[in-house]
Amino acid sequence: MSDVAVIGFAEAPNVRSTDGTTNGVEMLVPIFREVFEQTGLTKSDVGFWCSGSSDYLAGRAFSFVSAVDAIGAFPPVMESHVEMDGAFALYEAWVKVLTGEADIALAYGFGKSSAGDLRRVLALQLDPYLMAPLWPDSVAVAALQARLGLDQGLWTERAMAEVAVRSRAAAMSNARAQLSGQVSAEELLAAPMLADPLRAHDCAPVTDGAAVVIIAAADRARELCERPAWISGFEHRIDSGQLGARDLTRSASAAAAGTAAAAGAVGAAGAVGVDVAELHAPFTHQELILRDALGLAEPVLVNPSGGALAGNPLFAAGLARIGHAARQIISGAADRALGHATSGPALQQNLVCVMEAR
Amino acid sequence: MTEPAAAPLSAPLSAPLSAPLEISFDYTRSLGPVLSQFMTGLAERTILGSRGGDGRVYVPPAEYDPVTFAPPADLVPVGPAGTVLTWSWQPEPREGQPLRHPFAWALIRLDGADTAMLHAVDAGCAARMSTGMRVRPRWAAERRGHICDIECFEPEADGPVLTGNGQQAASQSAGVPGMDGRPVTMMTTPVRLHYQHTASAEESRYLRALQAGKLIGQRCPACGKVYIPPRGACPVDGVPTATDVELPDTGIVTTFCVVNVPFHGQRIPSPYLAAQVLLDGADIAFQHLILGCEPDEVRMGMRVRAVWKPAAEWGTTAENISHFEPTGEPDAPYDSYARHL
Repeated sequence: MSDVAVIGFAEAPNVRSTDGTTNGVEMLVPIFREVFEQTGLTKSDVGFWCSGSSDYLAGRAFSFVSAVDAIGAFPPVMESHVEMDGAFALYEAWVKVLTGEADIALAYGFGKSSAGDLRRVLALQLDPYLMAPLWPDSVAVAALQARLGLDQGLWTERAMAEVAVRSRAAAMSNARAQLSGQVSAEELLAAPMLADPLRAHDCAPVTDGAAVVIIAAADRARELCERPAWISGFEHRIDSGQLGARDLTRSASAAAAGTAAAAGAVGAAGAVGVDVAELHAPFTHQELILRDALGLAEPVLVNPSGGALAGNPLFAAGLARIGHAARQIISGAADRALGHATSGPALQQNLVCVMEAR
Repeated sequence: MTEPAAAPLSAPLSAPLSAPLEISFDYTRSLGPVLSQFMTGLAERTILGSRGGDGRVYVPPAEYDPVTFAPPADLVPVGPAGTVLTWSWQPEPREGQPLRHPFAWALIRLDGADTAMLHAVDAGCAARMSTGMRVRPRWAAERRGHICDIECFEPEADGPVLTGNGQQAASQSAGVPGMDGRPVTMMTTPVRLHYQHTASAEESRYLRALQAGKLIGQRCPACGKVYIPPRGACPVDGVPTATDVELPDTGIVTTFCVVNVPFHGQRIPSPYLAAQVLLDGADIAFQHLILGCEPDEVRMGMRVRAVWKPAAEWGTTAENISHFEPTGEPDAPYDSYARHL
């Protein structure tokens, strides 16, 4: 496998709502500038661009086409788009670099989640014949998953609250996080139910935001970055779209993606052998499912950025997890890191990117 | 331009303009052989599942066997009663959901099935919900072959069903009302979504200027090009356009088409002419109408001027300009606009 590394990452402030447009330009222009400053690159160095966003979130057709203005796409550039999280756009960009079509590629994701009623908009990602016509909202669907684990004794409401406590404490060192602070599980558990058995702290906030990651082929990566985050495994897998046809208390697709992505790494402790993992878990119990599926146990540091519970800009939060994981390597804080992204209801699709220092 | 500006454009940038936006459309889908049987069954108050190669009964039925990937053989009736495997509480029902009062969502394994289906349970309050509880479907009075033919499920503990078995059998033998016993092959699901649409800061300045009868573009600080409407970022350089440039309401037609095809929402009788109009001093053309002459008189390079609606009707909208009409001046030479084509 050719060597490809993450060499730059930036994300917009995670906020409850911006007064910008749904095409993301206002959030993207500053972070493109930031990531170009980090790497010393300019837009003309980028051989392939790929974005992740959703017209359902924006409430308009072809919103990603307007976003291309932020690139400065003239003369014409090689560009693509996925109607998924930017992490999946990064996967496409990685393939482009692997195949030698570009030596530097940039992936970005953006979402103005506040533009519509997010919980209803997300109903449209469900099976269109059997589930979406009932308009089950996204929190209700996650709550069905949470109760299964509670009933089976796989986790407790306290364990879920402790995930939120850790997330907010970790996010205190992340200036771009939306939710952070010192709270106790007792305080959180005293709050009323939002969608029984979920309380507000169990659910990621509604977040507007954007993220960008730059990857480069071997020679360019070494030249542009002192300590590139080499991608040793990059895989994604999917589970059935029928909620009632799979075991919601586990994530078979995350486990499969993790195992496949780890296969490329030089062995170390833990199932995927990483020092740090950034998990895209929009609900507290989903972090517990993912830790189990990916075999992450002490002393692996999970979500030093605060994770999606500290800010969950749709279509950017997964890419940001990979960016935060890469930053751990680039900064020298870790030798091996895992970034994870999810898409769909109840962790239906999972992507794992394992990176390492060399 | 017919009226002086009413509002000073140098006023501090106020918040971007925004307005509610409702998007609604119907998804009309063909069902395919398996879901056609399932939906036809629902219209007849029967719930069908598929038997997989692993011997399990999938409800709702799998269109292709998850193990062998073969289309399922004959579907088998299940339930209609079942057991709640998990549930969550919806304290404030949202638009489009099965019930208008608080209810539970549940994954329900119908008797005889191995997988669970998602639906609503009308239990009154969360305290009456529990994992393992028994529920049965409440059928909609009018059924059409749609997942909403099951209005919701209700606790079996609520007592006997109002509609007796005899009546149900009679209904089945009568086939699906209004469908003459034919299978359901299509389903329609209306979608209605609500947004708050926000114009960019640059678009907001442009729209507020229009309300004052002015045309405001913005110049890219990098390449110097003037964009109208101004954009959040220069598409060439990727930097925000910054400097306001007031433009005249005269320009040229760069290219055009004659609209002969009637379409939904059409306001002007066809044939009429839609053109790309390049204002004098602008570097990007926008689309507008050309009236005041016969369609076959319009030419590339033709000079045109905006015809504004009466000032009393102006708002923060490009519709303040009713259309463009020929000025009668000589045509612009091709070379002067060739790069805008």
